[in-house]
Amino acid sequence: MNRRAVITGIGTVAPTGIGAAEHWANGLAGRSGIRPLADSAKLPVKVAGQVPGFDETEHVEHRLLVQTDRWTWMALAATQLALADAALDPMGEFPFHLSVVTASSSGGNAFGQREIEALYKSGPRAVSAYQSIGWFYAASSGQISIRHRIKGACGVLVSDGAGGIDALAQAGRLIRRGGQAVLVGGTEAPLSPYALVCQAGQETLSREADPDRAYRPFASDAEGFVPGEGGAMLVVEEWRRAHLRPSTTVYAEIAGTASTHDARHHAASPADGAQLARAMREALARAGCDADDVDAVFADGAGDPAGDGAEAGAITQVFCGRKVPVTVPKTMTGRLNSGGGALDVAWAALALRHGLLPPTVNVDAPGHDLDLVIQPREMPGLRTVLVVARGSGGFNAAAVLRAPVYE
Amino acid sequence: MSARRSVVTGIGVIAPGGGNREEFWQRITSGKPAIRRISTFDPEPFRSQIAAECDFEPSAYGLTPQEIRRLDRFVLMAMACADEAYADSGLEGVDLERMGVSLGSAVGATIRLEEEYVVASDGGRHWVTDPTHVRPFLYQALVPSSAATELAVRFHAQGPAAVVSTGCTSGIDAIGHAHTLIQEGEADVVIAGASDAPVSPITVACFDAIKATTPRNTDPEQASRPFDADRQGFVLGEGAAVLIVEELEHALAREARIYCEITGFAARANAFHMTGLRPDGFELGEAIMDAMDQARLSPGELGYISAHGSGTKQNDRHETAAYKRALGPAAYDVPISSIKSVIGHSLGAIGSIEMAACALAIERGVVPPTANLTTPDPECDLDYTPGSARETTVRHALSAGSGFGGFQSAMVFSHPEAA
Repeated sequence: MNRRAVITGIGTVAPTGIGAAEHWANGLAGRSGIRPLADSAKLPVKVAGQVPGFDETEHVEHRLLVQTDRWTWMALAATQLALADAALDPMGEFPFHLSVVTASSSGGNAFGQREIEALYKSGPRAVSAYQSIGWFYAASSGQISIRHRIKGACGVLVSDGAGGIDALAQAGRLIRRGGQAVLVGGTEAPLSPYALVCQAGQETLSREADPDRAYRPFASDAEGFVPGEGGAMLVVEEWRRAHLRPSTTVYAEIAGTASTHDARHHAASPADGAQLARAMREALARAGCDADDVDAVFADGAGDPAGDGAEAGAITQVFCGRKVPVTVPKTMTGRLNSGGGALDVAWAALALRHGLLPPTVNVDAPGHDLDLVIQPREMPGLRTVLVVARGSGGFNAAAVLRAPVYE
Repeated sequence: MSARRSVVTGIGVIAPGGGNREEFWQRITSGKPAIRRISTFDPEPFRSQIAAECDFEPSAYGLTPQEIRRLDRFVLMAMACADEAYADSGLEGVDLERMGVSLGSAVGATIRLEEEYVVASDGGRHWVTDPTHVRPFLYQALVPSSAATELAVRFHAQGPAAVVSTGCTSGIDAIGHAHTLIQEGEADVVIAGASDAPVSPITVACFDAIKATTPRNTDPEQASRPFDADRQGFVLGEGAAVLIVEELEHALAREARIYCEITGFAARANAFHMTGLRPDGFELGEAIMDAMDQARLSPGELGYISAHGSGTKQNDRHETAAYKRALGPAAYDVPISSIKSVIGHSLGAIGSIEMAACALAIERGVVPPTANLTTPDPECDLDYTPGSARETTVRHALSAGSGFGGFQSAMVFSHPEAA
């Protein structure tokens, strides 16, 4: 008995838009959310993907706002949007059949900074009663579970930028093991001052101040990456159940996932992309397809020459030189760490739904032998896409998404 | 359910009062608490001023000066434990692509993040902090996944790697994740465990703020009192444990020493409150029943329960109710204990340390005691093994965990000949 997992709801809180419709429209229009970063005088990074239109009070009640960080606000909002998109009300479900899995890399940054500041300025009694639940990496999963009365196995995975796909893989496992629906994804809010200081030492960070020049993966003169905030939450359901629910949109099936680690060096990734290629191949094998079946790749797009070279090499290897269309729509958002993989999965699911690939922006001179999608591309019959994500330190993850087909 | 089974073939532990597996076992079976006044900063301004600290000197474990500079204490402890576990397993010539990493941690590199914040903000004076004075590699403190990376690089493990961070159930959940990866065929060997080093001013302050930790500062060794009527909260601790979790046939083929089989793992959420627990223990009871079902066990077959037993009134009653709900009358017969009475509560790490205790209890036929249980709470009326260790046959051991966020987890280990 093979229980299949499908995506039935998408909620985004991203530099490209709040809610799937806005995000999709902005992405197709090539409207980037990368903007100058305030207070960046002492920082190497001058721009970042930002969600300026996000008013947390519209999405989260005051009682909960004071307990939580911006990263959790985004996760709660994205969850609400995903549930609405899926027309799923968890209160109408048996609570033990539902789960929450989030990826989280840096936790409640602004919240934690504020409380440590209070400790050092005013002493222990100034520290909030909510520090113990606001900052830690499990806060978003816990709050989502409580808000929506979800009592099945819940999880939190940390694998840097690969986390969004690792969480999706866990959702697939939970569905295979009997779960009915999983709220899954990731958000990140890493643009508060101290979080930026923590990122400042990364050699692959772009120093470019022009928002349209700073992050250009696969460009011949790529200069590094730009961080960003936000992400996506998805509703993943068991396939038969999804089809039995009226008014459900089945965007895509999670056909196969795989993760590997480079295991070479704590910071620098290897030039050969061998383990990245293996993650892609294993995901394809688990999906029961081969490289020829893949219509498009949502690439990780490190944005630095070494990381881009490794990924381009892995794609060439896996596709045996075939020029598969490759897109990096995160050129409009920056790299959202745990939120990035989740947002790319959302993007890929929407692409399958619409038969249309969102573009890679700002890359006018590709430096690798790839079919880089630099304008929105009509892909009628788009059926199978490969989504790739990597995390600092050597994490590689890949997911194969397939359009629902009714034979 | 699944044809692929997973077993434990190596164990490494660093715990308060025990710098390796054997010292740890001696410590918990002696029932002598390793809890003292906090030594790494002046605890005077804090409500709770004691902790279960490890005398962990990373250079003594062969960690290099560069590693010590680069990495937070929780990563260094994980590496030292993993070295012990890997050596214990006798693994060699492993297919590296089939070896993964699953490390639990609740609060990651909190010590390093706080220390460097103090410098970057000049003692909390500036909201917009200055990167010029912080240590290199601070990004590795921001993201706890760096610990999984360090283990993957150290053992050349090219399979799936991740940190599991579900608060205080991280240690059970990380081993559970390893078990799942093996069942699903995604790996044959997983370096699995958990590490936390949370004894820092901000962590002590955050638990002070909700009065979760004990203010019993004058007699540290008697401060951690799970199930005792005079308990006043938990004692913060630190530590790590790493298990080598291996697919059964893989272990048999190389004639490995098998401590136990992982026969059940289940997780639930209470969807109730981030820190509060319902007194009926319903969801934890559900997790325990699910784990027992997977192990095909009837309640009477359990030989030991390593309790969450944090020593808060709320937890101890919640947990007691969960055991009664899940096990029925048999709950009164099975020896239960909380090693937190001896080594404190090391947040995400403790779940893996308690699983190590279960594996050793099965191997050695000894149940460690609950220290300081002198005046039982009348509402906690099970057999918590007070005072001293007990010799008994343990074919199956259960451990339960409960954490902030509402996470509830249970895992069953079984003797290799009993599974």
